[in-house]
Amino acid sequence: MEFQQTTLDNGLEIIAECNSKAYSCAVGFFVRTGSRDEDSSLHGVSHFLEHMAFKGTPTRSAADVNRELDEIGSAANAYTSEEHTVYHAAMLPEYLERGIDILSDMMRPSLREDDFETEKQVILEEIAKYDDQPPFGAYERIMEIHFGDHSLSRSVLGTIESVKALTAAQMQDYFRKRYSASNMVLVGSGKIDFDEFVKMAEQRCTEWDTFDASRNTERAPAHFAESTIEKDIANQQYVIQACSGPSAEEPERFAARMLSLIIGDDSGSRMFWDLIDSGRAEWAGMSPHEYQGTGLFLSYLCCAPEDCQENLQIVNGIIEAVQQEGVTEKELLQARSKICSHVVLRGERPMSRLYDIGSEWLQRRKYQTLREMADGYRNVSLEDIAKTVEKFPLNKRSTVTVVPAT
Amino acid sequence: MTQSIFSHQLENGLVVLGERMMWLESTAFSFLIPAGYTREAVEQQGLANLTTDMMQRGCGRRDSRQFVEDLELLGADTSSNAGVTFSGYSGSMPAESLHDTLAIYADLIRRPHLPEDQFEDSQSFCILEAKGLEDDLPQLAMNELRRRSYPAPFGRHGVGTVDSLSSLTPASVKTFWESHYQPKGAILSVAGNFDWDKLLSQVDELFGDWQAKDIQGIEETDPIGNYGHIPHESSQTQIGISYPAVPCDHDDYYLARAAVGVLSDGMSSRLFTEVRENRGLCYTVSAAYHALKDRAAVMCYAGTTSERAQETLDVTLSEIQKLSAGITEDELRRLKARLKTALIMQQESSRARSAMLAGDWYYLERCRPMQEISDQIDGLACDEINKYVAANPASDFTIVTLGENSLENSVGVSADDA
Repeated sequence: MEFQQTTLDNGLEIIAECNSKAYSCAVGFFVRTGSRDEDSSLHGVSHFLEHMAFKGTPTRSAADVNRELDEIGSAANAYTSEEHTVYHAAMLPEYLERGIDILSDMMRPSLREDDFETEKQVILEEIAKYDDQPPFGAYERIMEIHFGDHSLSRSVLGTIESVKALTAAQMQDYFRKRYSASNMVLVGSGKIDFDEFVKMAEQRCTEWDTFDASRNTERAPAHFAESTIEKDIANQQYVIQACSGPSAEEPERFAARMLSLIIGDDSGSRMFWDLIDSGRAEWAGMSPHEYQGTGLFLSYLCCAPEDCQENLQIVNGIIEAVQQEGVTEKELLQARSKICSHVVLRGERPMSRLYDIGSEWLQRRKYQTLREMADGYRNVSLEDIAKTVEKFPLNKRSTVTVVPAT
Repeated sequence: MTQSIFSHQLENGLVVLGERMMWLESTAFSFLIPAGYTREAVEQQGLANLTTDMMQRGCGRRDSRQFVEDLELLGADTSSNAGVTFSGYSGSMPAESLHDTLAIYADLIRRPHLPEDQFEDSQSFCILEAKGLEDDLPQLAMNELRRRSYPAPFGRHGVGTVDSLSSLTPASVKTFWESHYQPKGAILSVAGNFDWDKLLSQVDELFGDWQAKDIQGIEETDPIGNYGHIPHESSQTQIGISYPAVPCDHDDYYLARAAVGVLSDGMSSRLFTEVRENRGLCYTVSAAYHALKDRAAVMCYAGTTSERAQETLDVTLSEIQKLSAGITEDELRRLKARLKTALIMQQESSRARSAMLAGDWYYLERCRPMQEISDQIDGLACDEINKYVAANPASDFTIVTLGENSLENSVGVSADDA
């Protein structure tokens, strides 16, 4: 596998991990924009815009975009997070140029008024769909608490009210401020000839405008509180807890990931043995979340309402024990094997590598081989773990509980 | 597409399948044991699933912690599930860990501890899973659709109910294991970077003396009514629609699959275009071919807010019915491109190939080389598909709705309470 990179005159970066032995290739436009770049009047616009990119361009109707993506047999999709919007497609190498032609065209969408109103209904249905899933609302609430008035507190989807209030003109304005060529990266992986890849991009992307689309990445101060949400349709009880964690730039992020595996992976972790294996909870876990300038750990619990208090004490007991006594060498060894094997298995599919190298580049402007990625985790020591929990105390947290309505 | 596919049957009936993919660093296995939930007595629903959980609580010389730790040290990413026909155990791992992992699974299948002192933990977990289903509305609706689409026990779901799970005992698990964990009807498939001869010799060593038992037939009961409404105070109404399709070994199988593909495969498929893109009625709408050994059905799903549910059902049904008027050359060309791409991409996944080998053997009693599937896709012709859909229009619908109100339909399916 060979990594290559270049930057077009307008600032569009192009990176690729070329693997001549792959059967397929994957490409994607990774855009440094997401819900943290919205103000309250634009809540939900990044995700809505991601949908609108599929609704046509000056030369393609919405039906053309969908039809052409299917004609090249691609598996294409997109997602929006707090910090990124990613448009991606996996395909056979012979379709690469057509794939880039469609995806790059989608990056200059028409944002037509009638498409905007139809798609608004789809987004409202998406929100209604999640609203019927009882944990929904807990993640949004804990982000609101933890990040206070920082823009990371705003949900990616938006609310029914905020999405209803959005106009096509507001979206066009947002697009003009965020989709600068220099705020985007074209990423490729798998069977790709890099020189050809760059030529294809040059023919299609050189006219894109460049302007400042930087964001404030200062560490957001953390806030702590407890909150309860009553949900009519819930039968189980759900708890989510947040505490501060390493940002995307901080070296402790490797230790944070190992720590989360040891405390809350879905198999073989402390939470697994004490809550799942023992039949106390349906699920329980922990994961690190990194953003530019800030980060957090989230832990989750789902169980019968009558057992929730006791189970939460067990979760907090696990966390307290790690905070005070650290983890064991044996646990660290197990987590290393697990993560290194995971890294190797992911490396076999161009689509998985696309996410890895694209996200790495957006967050840190770095490329990591599979081995370097595995080594980052393999080198985490017990001391690193101890330092990480000292810097980011796991027991200083917020708690949101979703309870069945009485 | 040159492939090295191997198969071998042990004297006790265990079928071993292999596909070497030497360009990968991983290997994956799928182990299907003829202990699916259709083997449960009606009052013991959920037993197959509970048994798979108990099986992983220690085996051979390992207790449950040692079992999990050893697999994790080998880098094996494993899973289990209780399906209609089989209880399945599968995993993918760095190639060098295959043989040690299989040795652990031989202990699991043949020498599980089934520890009585952990039975209550296992049972509580399964009861939580059953209760958790109540919070998963799309799944609830689709479970009800399956229950109405196939005769019992084929229409069951594997989780069981709080009552049935509460009635189970350690002895029920032991009896289920003794009766159904056996080599006759079992399939072990391996794909990835491995040596076939070495695999066969290990399998012979681990499973050669495993005793076969007779497999009993399964008694079917009559299907129940074909419209069910589950009242619920949810934001969205969940809609499930099914209709019968030809099984995998039928001569018209590829024609039938192509028709479902035109309906739902890809972003330019008919359901996505008409229900979501043109009308904005749904975020999720889909149709999928669902196969049992000797029968199959097309299962459709849509979720939409209650005030738009009637229109969503009407448009979805109308698109399904319009299929009988035929598909276009363009639709078929797009479908072929998508199917071929998905097929070629399987070569990048040992996990996908091992599952595919085992599935082929179960449904067809042989493994189709990818070239054969590729030729079948190339050979699909519009006029043949159109003849097929004209002669076999979607009919005998089953409909389930979950939400505020029951819905009317134009296909003559009458209501009763679920």
